[in-house]
Amino acid sequence: MISVDIEKKLKAYSGRQVLKIAAQFPTGSITKIYGPSGSGKTTFLKIIGGLVNPEKGKITVDDTVWLDTDSKTSLSPQKRKTGFVFQNYALFPNMTVQRHLEYATEDQQWIARLFAVGKLESFAKHKPEYLSGGQQQRLAILRAMAIKPKLLLMDEPFSALDPEMRLGLIADLKAIWKEQGTTVLIVSHNPMELDGLTERELYISNP
Amino acid sequence: MDLTPIALTLKLACITTVILLLIGLPLAYWLSKGRSIIKLILEAIITMPLVLPPSVLGFYLLMAFSPQHGVGRWLHEHLNLQLVFSFQGLVLASVIYSMPFMIGPIKSALQQLPASLAQASYTLGKTERQTFIKVLLPNIRASVLTAAILTFAHTLGEFGVVLMIGGNIPGVTRVSSIAIYDSTENMDYTSTNNYSLVLFGITFILVISVFVFNKYKAKSPLE
Repeated sequence: MISVDIEKKLKAYSGRQVLKIAAQFPTGSITKIYGPSGSGKTTFLKIIGGLVNPEKGKITVDDTVWLDTDSKTSLSPQKRKTGFVFQNYALFPNMTVQRHLEYATEDQQWIARLFAVGKLESFAKHKPEYLSGGQQQRLAILRAMAIKPKLLLMDEPFSALDPEMRLGLIADLKAIWKEQGTTVLIVSHNPMELDGLTERELYISNP
Repeated sequence: MDLTPIALTLKLACITTVILLLIGLPLAYWLSKGRSIIKLILEAIITMPLVLPPSVLGFYLLMAFSPQHGVGRWLHEHLNLQLVFSFQGLVLASVIYSMPFMIGPIKSALQQLPASLAQASYTLGKTERQTFIKVLLPNIRASVLTAAILTFAHTLGEFGVVLMIGGNIPGVTRVSSIAIYDSTENMDYTSTNNYSLVLFGITFILVISVFVFNKYKAKSPLE
């Protein structure tokens, strides 16, 4: 079980606003996070991943405290080791597709399976600049999954995929997540995009 | 033509560039991350040689490392090291004088990389050092090369600061720029012309190589 209760000041056009979220995510669940632009969805994911620090709050994962501002505890992103799919993909321009996955894991069998899931086998030697938007997005998903994370945080992960590719990929991902007991939080602007994938949802309104 | 000043200049430029690469990469990385009053002050100090007359810097270095005073005396007495009027002194002065040319482009390039690149590496469990070596550094390669070439070229052209701290000792501190000044003063224009042509040629090749290398790597040749 992942338990989150945080408060974070956000910079906004109309001044400072406070993002306040208290939520729980059962282990192995898939949750859709949605809400208007600027409501703090990405910041929420980054706080869980340890990339942004909130002013106040506590995050516990099973029996481990990841963050507790009262006791000034905050595990580094390296120790939390969440899989993170960035909205802008954050692919490494110097690495080929294959190198991206090898940077994350040494398990060649797992890499081969990820290649098959993402249908990127024929692009193994390509660098990101030679991939289409959809291919880049799939690589970002595969890289995050390469570390077999217990918690996967995905920020608009399917926005550049055509419906056919998206449905096929989601089916494969769902099977892997079930197999590994991965807890998944997915931010999406388009609620229809995740139909049939998520059983839980969290709405973040403008603070 | 006596080639010793040219050889000495190239030796000084090579050593300065290597030292500044070793110091500059970690320092520029540290400066590129966030802001603090200490970083601001340090950056101002590093940038000073860009605007300060070289003779002023040379004068202060001469005072600081003179064997009769403070640090210079301590170095002389305890380590038997004399920086004034020696090649080591030239290296120290060049490192300080050329530092902004190394730090500036590298720091700027690191700041232009999206923060999410390093963040993505951290979420994969990689340390800051691994992230710097495997992700950040390869993606600022063009800027590192630019910084190294600019540092090298700038060291070739140093005059005021090396004259102040090194003087004009043949084979020890008499670099090309000082040889040019010296031969002009002695009205030996042939030597002046020869040294000038060699320096002009080396500098031109260095600058053109930056432009050619960065043509496809950066938006501006000196980025």
